[in-house]
Amino acid sequence: MLQTETLDVAKIRKDFPILKRKVHGKRLVYLDNAATSQKPKQVIDALVDYYSRYNSNVHRSVHTLGEEATEAYESSRDKVARFVGVGPRELVFVRGTTEASNLVRYSWGEKFVKPRDKLVTTLMEHHSNVVPWQLLAKRTGARLVFVGLLRDGTLDFAQLEKALSESPRLVAIAHCSNVLGTINDVRKICSMAKKAGATTFVDGAQAVPHMPSDVDAIGCDFYAFSGHKMLGPTGIGVLVGKRSLLADMEPFQGGGEMIREVFPDHSTWNDVPHKFEAGTVNIADSIGLGAAVDYLSSIGMARVRDHEVKLLKYATEVLQGVKGFKEYGPMDTDARGGVISFNLADIHPHDLATILDEDGVAIRSGHHCAQPLMNWLGVAATSRASFYLYNSYDDIDALKSSLERAREIFKV
Amino acid sequence: MSSADIYREMILDYYRNPRNFGKLGKPDITAHDTNPLCGDEVEMQIVVGSDPKKIEQITFIGKGCAISVASASMLTELAKGKQLDWVKQLAKEDVLKMLGNPELGPSRIKCALLGMKVLKTGVYAYMGANYEDPEGTESTR
Repeated sequence: MLQTETLDVAKIRKDFPILKRKVHGKRLVYLDNAATSQKPKQVIDALVDYYSRYNSNVHRSVHTLGEEATEAYESSRDKVARFVGVGPRELVFVRGTTEASNLVRYSWGEKFVKPRDKLVTTLMEHHSNVVPWQLLAKRTGARLVFVGLLRDGTLDFAQLEKALSESPRLVAIAHCSNVLGTINDVRKICSMAKKAGATTFVDGAQAVPHMPSDVDAIGCDFYAFSGHKMLGPTGIGVLVGKRSLLADMEPFQGGGEMIREVFPDHSTWNDVPHKFEAGTVNIADSIGLGAAVDYLSSIGMARVRDHEVKLLKYATEVLQGVKGFKEYGPMDTDARGGVISFNLADIHPHDLATILDEDGVAIRSGHHCAQPLMNWLGVAATSRASFYLYNSYDDIDALKSSLERAREIFKV
Repeated sequence: MSSADIYREMILDYYRNPRNFGKLGKPDITAHDTNPLCGDEVEMQIVVGSDPKKIEQITFIGKGCAISVASASMLTELAKGKQLDWVKQLAKEDVLKMLGNPELGPSRIKCALLGMKVLKTGVYAYMGANYEDPEGTESTR
């Protein structure tokens, strides 16, 4: 079945050249979307078009190509900003979510975090929302506090309240967990954090690609996401920040474009967001991200989300029928992204991924850059299948029959 | 070669019932390493006998995939009673042969070689030398 009631997957698949590829002679069943998504030809074409028609540096070139490139770069910023409900001057182009949290760590953290301050994160974070704060704590003498989870993989609000009662300087949390799929009520969390006087950083890497996002309504100070997980190219991502906050922060990297005036003994800074975009920016990939946003908008994020919920429901039902299948994460599919983390009997996830690969089924195996969460789950690793708009029921059926084959090979 | 060949009965048996699994009371050598890609972990302990210096007792503990656990376990059996110089001669090909020459991709071959890396690291250090892992530069791949 190539269609949910929501999306015409057969039609969508035609836009993704890579999905025609065979792996070990089998149809590619790509279920590693939480790691990175595939790219539609519209995005690939946008890159080729830029490089073959108007490749030029932006902002400072007065010639035709320069003006076209600048126009494309800035209109990409407008598009992406509109896509997540913020203004373009609140949107800084960065390399990805990891660079966004590191930018905040340096430019905000080293200016505003003081010794003995508390920084709050959670046990379900990707390492990119843990390690920068660890480094910041070490550098400033602050202390990093982890909020735990309830048994069902949702955030423990009692622990959060306790952490907030100590007036932390920062609360850093994922919008959606990359392992459990847990969708956090970031609007509520940010409002609680704000009342406690904390600055808030939301990691939206697993949310923006998969559901409608209104960053302004969330009320956070910072919000970050990556282009490559939402049909865009690698090497481009976004940091959204409150303008007043961005204006108060120190620059991230020094160089061209980020300055207003340079004197031998000091410099003054360009306006936000350019203050944080030193050097020649990633012009091509930001244009590619703009094309990705166009593509997703033409389908509609509410429909993408609805489609993934249907896949998640189907997968949960079908895979429960595989003997030895153990799933992690919230069972409420309305509070969960299109991610299934699981283990199969005593088969190590890496062995499982090797067997599945032979059937053309690409899943992720390992600790998913979330070791504190693995420890909490009491496992060394999990396997993870994650969905996107080009997946359909047939992919889940392929996953299931490959899991059955793995059971045969491992004799379980 | 398909994974049905990689995961032969013998590999699965060593994975589920690893031989020489445990710790020694007073080891002369303790070495430990992980594979950051997947979190596989192996620690080996050795009691060294004299004249000539040889591996008198050897055990390992660890967690990981079938290939890394089976490989580490089989290696302890192979190493027992051997002179320390034998460890220096030990090569990647020997380990792969021991496993039945499975066809492993670049990411999975590290699982197969983790036990050897730990054994060599420990023995080299004991002999006052440094073991440089030839695969080391791509450890995060």
